Amino acid sequence: MTRIGEVFQTLDRPAFIAYLVAGDPDRAGFLAAAQAVIEGGADILEIGMPFSDPVADGPTIQRAHTRALAGGMTVDGFFDSIRDVRRFSEIPILLMVYCNTVHRRGVERFYREAVAAGADGMLIVDMPPEEGERAVRAARVTRLDQIFLAAPSTSDQRLEQVLQSTSGFLYLASLLGVTGARERLSDEAGTLIRRVRPRTRLPLAVGFGISRPEHATALRDAGADGIIVGSALVRLVEEHARDPGHMAREIHGFVTGMRGALEG
Amino acid sequence: MKKGRFGGFGGQFVSEALMGALGELEEAFQGFGNDPAFLSSLESYLAEFAGRPTPLTFCRNLSQDLGCRVYLKREDLLHGGAHKLNNTLGQALLAKFMGKKRLIAETGAGQHGVATAIAGAVLGLPVEVYMGEVDIERQRPNVFRMELMGAKVIPVSSGTRTLKDAVNEALRDWAASVGETHYLLGSVVGPHPFPLMVRTFQSVIGKETRAQILEREGRLPDAILACVGGGSNAIGIFHPFLQDSVRLIGVEAGGEGIESGHHGASLCAGSPGILHGALSYLLQDPDGQVLSTHSVAAGLDYPAVGPEHSMLKDTGRVEYTSVTDREALEAFALLSRKEGIIPALESAHAIARLAKMAGEFGRDDIVVVNLSGRGDKDLAEVARLRGGI
Repeated sequence: MTRIGEVFQTLDRPAFIAYLVAGDPDRAGFLAAAQAVIEGGADILEIGMPFSDPVADGPTIQRAHTRALAGGMTVDGFFDSIRDVRRFSEIPILLMVYCNTVHRRGVERFYREAVAAGADGMLIVDMPPEEGERAVRAARVTRLDQIFLAAPSTSDQRLEQVLQSTSGFLYLASLLGVTGARERLSDEAGTLIRRVRPRTRLPLAVGFGISRPEHATALRDAGADGIIVGSALVRLVEEHARDPGHMAREIHGFVTGMRGALEG
Repeated sequence: MKKGRFGGFGGQFVSEALMGALGELEEAFQGFGNDPAFLSSLESYLAEFAGRPTPLTFCRNLSQDLGCRVYLKREDLLHGGAHKLNNTLGQALLAKFMGKKRLIAETGAGQHGVATAIAGAVLGLPVEVYMGEVDIERQRPNVFRMELMGAKVIPVSSGTRTLKDAVNEALRDWAASVGETHYLLGSVVGPHPFPLMVRTFQSVIGKETRAQILEREGRLPDAILACVGGGSNAIGIFHPFLQDSVRLIGVEAGGEGIESGHHGASLCAGSPGILHGALSYLLQDPDGQVLSTHSVAAGLDYPAVGPEHSMLKDTGRVEYTSVTDREALEAFALLSRKEGIIPALESAHAIARLAKMAGEFGRDDIVVVNLSGRGDKDLAEVARLRGGI
């Protein structure tokens, strides 16, 4: 079993998966944010590789990609950031990348370098299973978990294909659209959990639009095995980019609050 | 071969949220594409409303100067002033048959946005058009046209604030609105089935050209030239000639010169990469980050290109080349003066290439240039570049 799989097996509450963008606002700032996320109690760290055209992301994460690229983030720097985290933590690390980054590097090489840097899983956000044969094979060879998404619009037929290609956990998009913190949790999250649950033994983690402790509690009650929070964290990085100490305290407090809402 | 592939190019590299919509669109396109009610309705809109067939014009003066028989396929005379309406009428009608309630589109030069606004108005579907702030600035008249016809123009301030970013925003909108909305993509790019569907609707250009030149000259042309941004006017005129021994030449935006790095020549200077849902030639850095492009012609200012063009480059069936901004501007003036036809700056690229290579043709050789659009939209920009009217 992979480190990601073990998280879900050992926890008696939903896992908290925290997303940050590598190099946002810079290499040291990212590391401070990652440390705060881990010390605040995140169970899995998801690290995004910035891309020039992040079509699946809303404005908050788009700006983070732009900041990181403006700061000179490269694919080599991305793998260095993973190694930076590995110097102080054994937290499972999931990489979230856009397909062209992997394609350009060469699929097999990208996976080998990811494993060597200390990654445990891979999510290629604009690569459905139909286009993912080579990536799934590379993931098996390198023993990385390959995570795919299911959305409210995913048909039952395609859901089977998604489930067959996925390992580690299934990422449920709580709504149709792009990433981004929302005030209200989408009603579709619960519906999607109920629809997918009988078809798989994979853990189900819900992402998109989750920003508040009450969202976490509601998803716990709806039966989620994990929640993924990105934009709400990235917004804290953005707001306090000039004061890493303050940023770390804010992030630590936010993660602690979300973690608390998943317990009890 | 995998579904939706042209050689190794194409595919469906999109987020999960869009996969359902693409499947639905593919099914509808295959179904209605053979439905007599759909086809006769489209044919009647193209004839009575859009003004098809467009003429094939023999250019006496240009032929004399260049030393070959030059014809122009007059897509500039199509309603709206460019070839774009062939595709927007097709897709908007399809959306209507599918029961969609809203159209969204991206636009660069504004021609596709205008053509979508026209199709939306005549078919009674509300239209919202994403347009980069840079393009809004240089294509003001088209913004006003779209708004007059009831479309809402949404400025895009992300990234390079041009066509590429307008596509990003339209894709983001579509991911959130797939149930009621059809994304009316304007070129032979994007995920399957768009490249195939847009080619089908644009192939009317090549089919007419074939019939017209056979009637006029009694034989097929020796060469056909068209400009290539995403590549819809080029594929539209090339496709019906792919099996014939006709030289096909695609002309990309050379901008300030390929060596300057400021251009839009994906096929001439790019490498295979994935953008907007498809694998195609792409202008990218060693890490796969998409490079910013430049062209005096907003409609060619795009870092990727259609997957079918990518395949046709690799097989060698089509020659791809580029001309610079300066050469396109000279051709803009040349065609205006010699033939009384002001071409779009995009189409002027194809004229410029012909002017450069005319020595390769003999006096009896027949060359057709796809005049994909008219130049009215470019007058202010050209005047500005010349230092004012």
